[in-house]
Amino acid sequence: MANPQKVLVYRHAAVTRITHWINVLALTLLLMSGLNIFGAHPALYWGQKSTFARPWVSIGAEMKGADMVGVTQIGSARFNTTGVLGYSGKPGSREPVAFPSWATVPSERDLADSRHWHFFFAWLFVLNGLVYWLVGLSRGHIVKDLAPTKADLKPKNVWHEIVTHAQLKFPKGEDARHYNVLQKGAYLAVIAILLPLMVLTGLCMSPGFDAGAPWLVDFFGGRQSARTIHFLTAFSIVGFILLHLFMVVASGTWNNIRSMITGRYAIVRDKTGGAA
Amino acid sequence: MSLSANRRGWLRAGLASAGALVLGACDKITNSPKGIAVLQSAEGLTRRAQRLLINRKALAREFAPADISPDFRPNGSIDPQDADYLALKAKAFADYRLVIDGLVDKPLSLSLADLRALPSRTQITRHDCVEGWSSIAKWTGTRLGPLLDQAGLKKNARYIVFHCGDTLEETLDGTGVYYESIDLIDAYHPQTILAYAMNDRPLPVAHGAPLRLRVERQLGYKQAKYIMRLEAVEDYRHLGRGGGGFWEDRGYEWYAGI
Repeated sequence: MANPQKVLVYRHAAVTRITHWINVLALTLLLMSGLNIFGAHPALYWGQKSTFARPWVSIGAEMKGADMVGVTQIGSARFNTTGVLGYSGKPGSREPVAFPSWATVPSERDLADSRHWHFFFAWLFVLNGLVYWLVGLSRGHIVKDLAPTKADLKPKNVWHEIVTHAQLKFPKGEDARHYNVLQKGAYLAVIAILLPLMVLTGLCMSPGFDAGAPWLVDFFGGRQSARTIHFLTAFSIVGFILLHLFMVVASGTWNNIRSMITGRYAIVRDKTGGAA
Repeated sequence: MSLSANRRGWLRAGLASAGALVLGACDKITNSPKGIAVLQSAEGLTRRAQRLLINRKALAREFAPADISPDFRPNGSIDPQDADYLALKAKAFADYRLVIDGLVDKPLSLSLADLRALPSRTQITRHDCVEGWSSIAKWTGTRLGPLLDQAGLKKNARYIVFHCGDTLEETLDGTGVYYESIDLIDAYHPQTILAYAMNDRPLPVAHGAPLRLRVERQLGYKQAKYIMRLEAVEDYRHLGRGGGGFWEDRGYEWYAGI
């Protein structure tokens, strides 16, 4: 490691960077307006129809003695979630609402307006995703940069990546030019499974769409199942984003953010040109 | 330690105030007519995309008798207190007349017996509420399309307005009376019926007795209940508050296929 030197390499194409930030905006507003929409009927079911007396998840408010409490029910388990789910707001002026006002757009419960937000950004999100996929496939980004290679998938390599990730040790040299197998797996799962699943389950809640593609509704097990999967997938994406943000910070906040804005990422090289 | 705790405090305060700023901006957009108009522009895109991509005659899924919901939830008005409606209800709707007028060659006035004497259609379909829930029921009624042909739509008729017998919100100017409107694509759809029976029994009051609309590829608020009069119009903007329906006047989409 003689004379290590920082070099900026071009890592993210403009299309990747632009679609990434449009997704940040669209997914944030889709999530927050979606939580507001959920508040209109804060219960989830499985199948085509609602079984009102037996939702598998519900969020509500009820009286407990003299006090109102927020109650979240999952299956047969019930949790007191006062302050966050079911009954929230500043102490003294709490309201019965599924998700707290700081998490929803608009902040007040309003089904009509939250639907306008949701569908506007759903269109942006879908068009953005189409651009990403079309360009990604035609330029080879998805095959070249995201599809795992044979070497990536060797158990020894996978295990090595898991161990080094768990130790928060990340490649700094030439290896940092491309994604490792865990990144590839996570990104592919998001762009090829979770995000499309969001769109498809969302469409299955549309009665107009359902007349055109009843087989897709059946594939998800019914309109209420599709609504359930829509909700679970949304929270899977939230989980991914939290992990993603953690990894960004752990592997070099500013270097990562710069590379997603300008495309340039700093790696360490020794002066002879080899990897450090 | 204290420095890093301090830093964390600042970071938290910074994030919280940035979040509040964004939320405040979103609320501002929601409350400004221009902002909400931009967001609402997606509705036109949705309607055009669905009309373009989905066969206009595509049928909504029909279900088996075993799928019928035992707990179909009534919504909106469930027991209208309007004087005219109460008078009709007191006589078991014997005096009820469905009026079909507006841009038609031959206005009609039909009793329930007249409607029942017409060819009927029965369908077991899923009712999707804008709130997110679904219930399944069996509806029997007469198809709207042939009825409109009988009245003879004038060339400039573009929408069918459903004037209802229930006041859902007390207002000073009468804009709280329920109404709805659909275009001719949906009016002539084979599953669009004026239903007088639900699950093989006369339509209950909570579900719109004596007559309600089923327009199966749209959300629940389009399924007007307590229908008193059908009016063929060129435009619906002079009615109510101009949105084309009770809920449309209160911010919901006129095209409720999504």
